[in-house]
Amino acid sequence: MKLPPVEYEAPTTVAEAIDLLAEYLDEASVLAGGQSLIPLLALRLARPAVLIDINGIDELSGVSAADGWMTIGAMTREYVAEESQAVADAVPLLAAALPLIGHEAIRSRGTIGGSLAHADPAAELPAVARALDAEFVVRGPSGERVIPAAQWFEGYLTTSRRPDELLAEVRFQAAKPGTGVSFQEVSRRHGDFAMVGLAVSLVLSGGVISDARLAFAGVSDVPVRATAAEDLLTGDRPSTELFDEAARRATDDIDPPADLHGSSDYRKTVAAALVRRGLRAAADNAARGSN
Amino acid sequence: MADITLRVNGATRTGSPEARKTLADFLRDDLDLTGTHVGCEHGVCGACTVIVDGRAVRSCLMLAVQAAGHEVTTIEGLAADGGLGTLQQAMWDSHSFQCGFCTPGFVMQATALLNDHPDAGEQQIREALSGNICRCTGYQSIIDGVLLAAERNRER
Repeated sequence: MKLPPVEYEAPTTVAEAIDLLAEYLDEASVLAGGQSLIPLLALRLARPAVLIDINGIDELSGVSAADGWMTIGAMTREYVAEESQAVADAVPLLAAALPLIGHEAIRSRGTIGGSLAHADPAAELPAVARALDAEFVVRGPSGERVIPAAQWFEGYLTTSRRPDELLAEVRFQAAKPGTGVSFQEVSRRHGDFAMVGLAVSLVLSGGVISDARLAFAGVSDVPVRATAAEDLLTGDRPSTELFDEAARRATDDIDPPADLHGSSDYRKTVAAALVRRGLRAAADNAARGSN
Repeated sequence: MADITLRVNGATRTGSPEARKTLADFLRDDLDLTGTHVGCEHGVCGACTVIVDGRAVRSCLMLAVQAAGHEVTTIEGLAADGGLGTLQQAMWDSHSFQCGFCTPGFVMQATALLNDHPDAGEQQIREALSGNICRCTGYQSIIDGVLLAAERNRER
């Protein structure tokens, strides 16, 4: 369908954008890449009175590395991050997930901050951010807040951003030496939202897993860390038996939603398979790379 | 309404679209460039794909006002001399199309791919075209057409 009538503002600075958000509050939607918001408008699932288009705010775009952290501006387009060697080096899990987002033309416009602020629990980037304990930097009338990923995702398409705040950037801790990553997903068609997705990051030190991070997409209304599996894996050496047990523990407590694409039980079975695959791939990745 | 100026197929164009008007509808309704097709209107089918600043984008997921100051290429902008370009000829030769509804989207997506990777291989082509839906061909003839264009690019 055609989009419903809507007012349109195009600020060119973060300060202007915050003023507009403070004025319109819940009546406003922030328009970044538009690859989720425009369909929501077309389908009448979102009916904002005003769109605050942040595409003209140059200070929100860009990738920079400093002091062991990679900072990605909220308006950074997905294809830009996908093509960035700095991102591939510092946040390999993000680099692994980016090519799986939608299709090429979607990533031409779609943004890192847009996907994370939209907070679709089946999307790739929320799972990556949750796995890596990313930090969300929001700016509002009363200044800046830094929100850890564990507190960012509150529910389906819901974050802890207040209506008068703008997501400005997302920070990822740079991968440690010995890191191996994998992003796994199963979807009906290539490029669709995953029925289940899994972000995995392992650090191997002398053949032992010193850090394990697993986060599911699509099994709940927020991305979900598999902490029981992480605890099991940490301190042990990669093996098929270990990964099988991790798959059991990772899926013990999840209760995925059912829809016409798959039952809850089916998704649980898929989730367990992805844990085994993802751990094997991440362990191989860690063994291959010397970073 | 906002006054906008943009470049479309190498020419400067102006318009006053409502904020809610998509780039796809602006191209079709305001600029009479009806070669860009509108299928699903929510970014799933790829029929409305155009090239903006060198990148393939869905013109139904971009507002016309957002194209102000940018460079847009539509299907009408290919082969400006009235003949067929390498890609178009190769797709013709490969019988890449049947009803033709999805054609402009596929051609623009493939154009963006070949601009960046003139000798793209089959896997790259399949990946690039994976977001475009065709209900007639079964895709194989479309892949064949783009592969043939890449082959002809290598020979030149």
